[in-house]
Order: sequence, then structure tokens, then C-alpha cells
Amino acid sequence: MKRAVVALMLLAAAGCHRVSSPGPAATAYGVAIVSVSGDKQVAGAGAALDQPLVAQVNDAQGSPVAGAMVRFSAAGDVRFDPPSGLTGSDGQFTSKVHLGGMAGRVSLIAITQDKSGKAYQVEFPEIALDYQQMLGRELSEQYCSRCHNPESTAERVSNHDNLAAPPHLFSDGAALNSMTKANLVAVISHGGSAVGKSAEMPPYGLTLSAADIEALAAYIRAVADPPYRPQGVFNANP
Amino acid sequence: MSLFEKIRQLLFRDSMRAFGTFSVALLLLLAVVPAKDHFRQWLGYQNDYQRLIRNRSDGVSLARRFQGGVQQTWLPDLNVVDRCTTCHVGLKEASLVGVAQPFRPHPPIPHALSEFGCVMCHRGQGFATTVDDAHNSTLAWEQPILPARYVESSCGQCHEKPLTGTPQLNTGRDMLARYGCVHCHKIASPEGQVMTATDTPPPLRHVAAKTSREWIYAWIKNPQAYAATATMPNFQLSDDDARDLSAFLINQSTPYLEGPAKAVAVSSDVQAGSSVYGESFCASCHAMQNAAGLMVGGNVGPELTRVGSKVKPEWLGEWLRNPKTYDPETAMPHYRFDEKEIGMVMGFLGSKADSDFMANVKLEPATPAQIAHGKTLVNERGCASCHEINGIAHPDNFAPELSGVGSLALAKILFAPGIPHTVPDYIAAKIRNPHSFGSALKMPQFTLTDGQIDSLVTALLAQTARAKSLPATMRIQAPSPSTYQPAGKAGRLIADMRCFSCHMINGRGGSMAPDLTWEGSSVQRGWLVNFLKHPNTLRPALIRRMPKFNMTDDDASTLADYIMTAYQTPAFDSDSMDASKFAAADAAHGKDLYYGKYACNSCHILDPAKDKGYLGPTLTQAGTRLNAAWVFHWLQNAQKLRPGALEINWNMGDDDARAITAFLMQQKGGAK
Repeated sequence: MKRAVVALMLLAAAGCHRVSSPGPAATAYGVAIVSVSGDKQVAGAGAALDQPLVAQVNDAQGSPVAGAMVRFSAAGDVRFDPPSGLTGSDGQFTSKVHLGGMAGRVSLIAITQDKSGKAYQVEFPEIALDYQQMLGRELSEQYCSRCHNPESTAERVSNHDNLAAPPHLFSDGAALNSMTKANLVAVISHGGSAVGKSAEMPPYGLTLSAADIEALAAYIRAVADPPYRPQGVFNANP
Repeated sequence: MSLFEKIRQLLFRDSMRAFGTFSVALLLLLAVVPAKDHFRQWLGYQNDYQRLIRNRSDGVSLARRFQGGVQQTWLPDLNVVDRCTTCHVGLKEASLVGVAQPFRPHPPIPHALSEFGCVMCHRGQGFATTVDDAHNSTLAWEQPILPARYVESSCGQCHEKPLTGTPQLNTGRDMLARYGCVHCHKIASPEGQVMTATDTPPPLRHVAAKTSREWIYAWIKNPQAYAATATMPNFQLSDDDARDLSAFLINQSTPYLEGPAKAVAVSSDVQAGSSVYGESFCASCHAMQNAAGLMVGGNVGPELTRVGSKVKPEWLGEWLRNPKTYDPETAMPHYRFDEKEIGMVMGFLGSKADSDFMANVKLEPATPAQIAHGKTLVNERGCASCHEINGIAHPDNFAPELSGVGSLALAKILFAPGIPHTVPDYIAAKIRNPHSFGSALKMPQFTLTDGQIDSLVTALLAQTARAKSLPATMRIQAPSPSTYQPAGKAGRLIADMRCFSCHMINGRGGSMAPDLTWEGSSVQRGWLVNFLKHPNTLRPALIRRMPKFNMTDDDASTLADYIMTAYQTPAFDSDSMDASKFAAADAAHGKDLYYGKYACNSCHILDPAKDKGYLGPTLTQAGTRLNAAWVFHWLQNAQKLRPGALEINWNMGDDDARAITAFLMQQKGGAK
């Protein structure tokens, strides 16, 4: 079993990684590493994240450390460009990311070491979507996000604040995780008034296909924060 | 006695002993076969799988569905022989989500695995039964697994029509058409439909009237230094080459006006010019960097952040007066500005200059030898693939055809050092840095993000030999481009104002603005005439809006008559519902439904003092704007009237639809 996983990982690594020459050695050391930006992004499995990861190394006083070594790592075939390097004068190190081929919650780790070799790390949690969830995301951009996302962009002005009953963000796991999938599908298909909620949520059952609505439900589950935990199968394996 | 003699004595002393020796040897030999089978890699995986499911609560049902031995999906029509399910035994077991590979279930997709197999989408060697042979390229087998980031390309083998759920493939195909790729490379679908360009590179026949040689020099040296959003690639010209190329382009240029350009009094009131620019909604098509450094505006026309450093004032005046005088094919509408407005827009655009851009360009007058060399360069670099240039014919097939590039044979590829030997890596490297394959390569350097390169590679990988070999019934073709062209005086006005640049009519045109195919059934003539003359904002949330074309009364009424007559839907008779005959009780009931049951006010503003939703069009003057029968049928099934409409398909009963229509037809409020 373990052999198989290792073999697969090696395979993926062999297929994707460019051979990188060992970089320069650290010229300074910090005792803390924090994430500056690039966490909580959502992209298709295997796709590039829109924003690069930026990690910052600090000293004991919390000031940025230039010249400290930062190394990114993750399970599976995630690709970092570059995977490691030294922090700049602002104490930060930036790396572009392609997610691995498996959908799900992805944990990207930035690691630095102090002089004694003790490691400090920070996690960048990201989400990789499978086909159905990607479809859900596309549909949500088209039909849902104008009301369910309060953020306005130059291309899309939000209608969120114009509504009497503020719609839930799709990432609002605290509210949406407790709804069953049948419930989610019912609200989307038949509208809010059909389930005793606001009529401002219209019925999409005839505008979208059943498969489209399934995809929206899958996307809502995929981006839930806190993460959605399905009622699993009992598994006695270690 | 020698060792050899000892062994001979031991094993073959007499015939009995020799027979025994041979028998044992044969037995061992025969045992090799089952032993070899016992150590097969796939058997190990199947044993692992059985151990995995043993302790699960659903183990019994999983075990019941498990089939040992080599599994095979054989689809002769699709040329698929896949044994992947020999190791990937849990592909159809949704409950195994989250377990380690190779036992994970396949994520949900709209196709049955048993009808499509695995290699259709993932590539790899379907008939292999070892991990290495199936996933990697070896000396004998050259098809490795397709990395996940390109997997949408496989959808593109059948789906030639844009598909929701494959954003990367769609983006890649749009880019192939928009970034000029198809000007040089032929890319055809398996049916032979050739991809056409959606960009419109400007003609250069009269370029000397438009801009200076210095600007051309600086631009061709680095287009993105002038405009970050420019799609023109960088040809990495040397200073001398840029000098000679600019000399030739100026030299070949001919005048486009009979006489001198008409003099315009350029206004120094930049603020007033900015207002005309804003009111004309130039930003619907043109982007400009604002004070905060953000790019604001559309990408139909060129970015205008530094346009004051580029165009000559006398050219700009003529261009604003009527762009078709200079370029008959331009997407830019004829705005019918008066001379004062032209002067104001010129003042504003002239202020959008950047003195740094050409500060270091000092060019001596060109020599005949330099001009001749410039012409050679134009031919070598294929400039005429995109631009019209006097004396240079459009080169056919300037670059290799890419119709089958997705399944290029590895043996035919010359890999640059350091590039993994796979087709996706080759295509990506070629796009990312063409000159890594040799400085003599003609392909220019594009400025692209990693995501854009992934998209382009995805679109190109869809061009496979497999796609060509699939049964034609499997392919979902894109609609062939429409050549719809309205005739007569209205047709000329539609062409003059370039309605197709933004509006779709009968399958032709852009997607920025509403589809007008059935506009005549949708609106009232009086409103339409007024709107054409004074377009106001129907959708408050939109940034891109209908420009004011300064039409004459005659033009507006000709156009309105044509739209009202020609653009009628066959779905209903637009005279079938008389708005004056609605009962007051109907309208009152309609109001209750509007604000209650259907909560139309979530998206539409009807009473500006009270309503807030602004996704759909404003309905304050629905009664003077819309046709009653259209509203009635729209409420019943909007997508039937306009496919893809964001309006909900309410499937509304006749009574509810009639009541809301009655209520809406009462709304004649507001001057605007």
C-alpha cells in the first residue's frame, strides 16, 4: 500500500518537476514564519492559483528577516515555482503554484529553519475543485454570486446589500453545512419561499438543469469554511 | 576428480538419475509461470484493495462488486482498450472518496466511465498492466498520462462548442482567436472548420498619417511598454532591425485623404473632454489606466493610456469624425460628433501622453538600403499575416498548421535542452519562450501569465488524431459563423454604427450587449426612437453601456421602423395583448405578486424611492418601453425568447403572468 503511494508520488514528481539546482545557502535565520497572502484560494485540480504564495520570515522581535531560506512543500504533485529560495529585503519569499491533480482540501506548507536547524512552518490552506465543482463555480459566477457574494468588482456589482434577507456566502459553512444536500437542492430548485425562507431567493429548477443544480450543491460543499464533513462510512483501518 | 565430473556423477550417473534430474528441472521451469503471475504488480494492488475494504462497514458490498484479475474496457468504435480498472478498482465506488490512490473513486462527470474508457480523457497506455508502462512514456510507448491541469483539453476533442465547466479550454480557444495565433497558424476542427481570428490588427497602408516613425520604432521594440494590455507580441528586434522596419513602414505608407485633414480647434479643457469620453461610453471598448493604476474599460479597441504619444492630432480628428475613412473594416462606430465634441475628445486624449515612452528614440533619416532591409524583415517576420501593408502579399500558411498538434509524434519534435519529452511540455515551452528553440525561430515572444499559457496548451492539446478518428455523431460542433447582413438604408446605418461590435443579431455579432434578434417584439416604437437618440441606462449595475451616436431624427426613425418590422419573434403576435384593456383589479393583484410571491424587487427597480435591487433592467417605465405580450411570455419562459437570459424561468401560470403584466404596463413613471 505504502509502496504504491510512494511509487505514484515519484511518478508524478518525475512527470512534472523540473530539475532545480540547489539554491544559495541561507545568509540569515528567523524564528517565525507567517503567511502574507495567497492562502484560501480556490482553483481547479491541477490548475495554477491566481495569486502567488507570499511567506514572511520574522525574527524574535517580529521584524522581517532578509536572506532566510524558505522551502515550500505539499503532498501530491503540487508544483511550486520556485520551490525554495531566500527571502528578499522585505523578509518575504514568493512562489507561484500549480495545484496537484487530486481535488479536495490542499495544505501547502512553507518552512524555514533557525540557526540550530529547528524548523518553523506556516500552512496555506487551498481548495482544488473537481469537474463537477468547477461546473458549479462557473454557474455560481453566472447566476448566484451577484447576490451571494457581497464583494463588488469592476465587472460585477454586487446586489447582496440590496436584499432584505442577506443571502449566505457559499463559503458560509457554519450556516450551510447543517443543511442536507436534498435541502440545498430544494432551495435552489424551488426557491426560498418553498422552504419557508425569503422569496427573494428565486426558483432555479427550470432555468438550470438537475445536473447543474447538483453541481452547485457540490461546489457549495467544496468551498465550505469550516469544511463540510460528510456522514462517512465507518472505517476501522488505521 | 574434477568438479564437473563430480556433478556429472551426482546428477547423471545412470539413466534413472538423469531422468529424475530432468524431471526436477522441468518442474522448476513450469513453476516459473505461476510464480511470475503471483508477483504481478496489479495483483499486489488488488490484494491491497481487499485489505482496505475488509474493515469498512460497507466492506461486504464493496467486496461483492470487486472482480479480480485483469479488467478491460473495450470500445471498438472509440479505439479504446483500457485495463486501468485492473488497479483502479474503486473508480465507481463513491464511498471510497478520500482513500489513497489507486483506489479513489472517479470524481463525478457527465459521462459513464464504461462508455468512454480512461485514455480518451487521461491519455496514457490503456492496455498496459504495470504502473510505469501505463503512466509514463517509455521507449516503446510514447503516450504518458496527461497532467491534470490540461485535462479539459480532452473534453475539447468532441465539444467544439464552448462548454460550461471547462473554463480553461474556453479561455484557450478564445485566446487562439484573439491573440493573433490563427493569423499565422491554421487550426481546423476535425470537420475542417477553420478557426477565425477575433482581433482586428490595424491596416498599415496609411500608417504615416496616423503616427510617427519614432513611435513605430518604440512600439515594435516592445509593444507592452506602450500598453500593458497590447496583444501584439514582441519580435525581439535589434535596434538596427527596428530602425529599418520603421523606415520601410513609413516609406510604403500612402495618403488616405484626398486633400489635407480638416483643421479642428482642440479644446484645452481636458475635464470637458473627459466628460464627452465618459458620456460616449468609450470605456465600453477602450481600456485606460486610471490615477490609481487600475485598468478600466473593455478590450474591443486598443488601450488608450498613452494614446497622446501615439497618434497625430490631424489623424485623430479625422478618425473621430468617421473612423471608416481610415480603416473601412474597423470595429469602431461612426459617432457623428460635432466639431466641438471632436475638439474636446482630442484635447482629452492628447493629454494621455507619456513623454518617457519615446524619449530615447533618435532616428536619422532612412537610407534606401535601410528601407530595402526593412522590407526584407517584413517578409521574414510575416508582418503581413496580420497587417495590410502596401506591396506585401498576405502570406499563406506562414507558420506550421496546428490542427493535429495535440497528438504530435514525439519522434517529430526537436526538443530544446531541459524540456521534458512530452507533447504538453513541448507546446508550453514553445509558447513560453520560443527563442529557447533557437534564435532564428520566427515565432515572436508573447507576454502571458502561467494561467494563460496553461489555457493555450489546453486548447491546442484538444487538436488530436483521436478527435479526428471518433464517430462524427459524438462531436458537438460550434455553430458556423453567421454572415447575416441587413440590407437597405437601415442596413447601412447598422453597419455605420457597428451595431454588430456589441450586439448579436441573427447569430452574428458580439456578446457585450443584449441580443437584438427579436427586439421588435420586445419594445414599443416610441421608446425605441427616443432610446436611440438618447440612450439611458437600463441596467444600473452595468459598466459597459450603449453609447450616444448623435443620430438624426430621420436615422433614428429609419432604424426603429426596421427593428420593429424585421426583428419579430415567431413565438407570439406582438399585437395580441392590448395594454389598455387590463382590469384595474388585475394590476392590483399583479402588484402583490410582484412584491410578494415573486419578489421581483430583488433584482428590478420599479419605484426608485423604495426598491433597491439592480441586477435586471429598471422597470420604472416598463409601460412605455415594453410590449405587453412580450412581458407576458417573458414571465412564462424567458429562455424560450432569449436563450441564456439571466431572468428566472418562472413557468408562471396565465393568471399570474397576466396580473404582473397588467401591473407593469401601468408603469409609465419618470422622465427617464
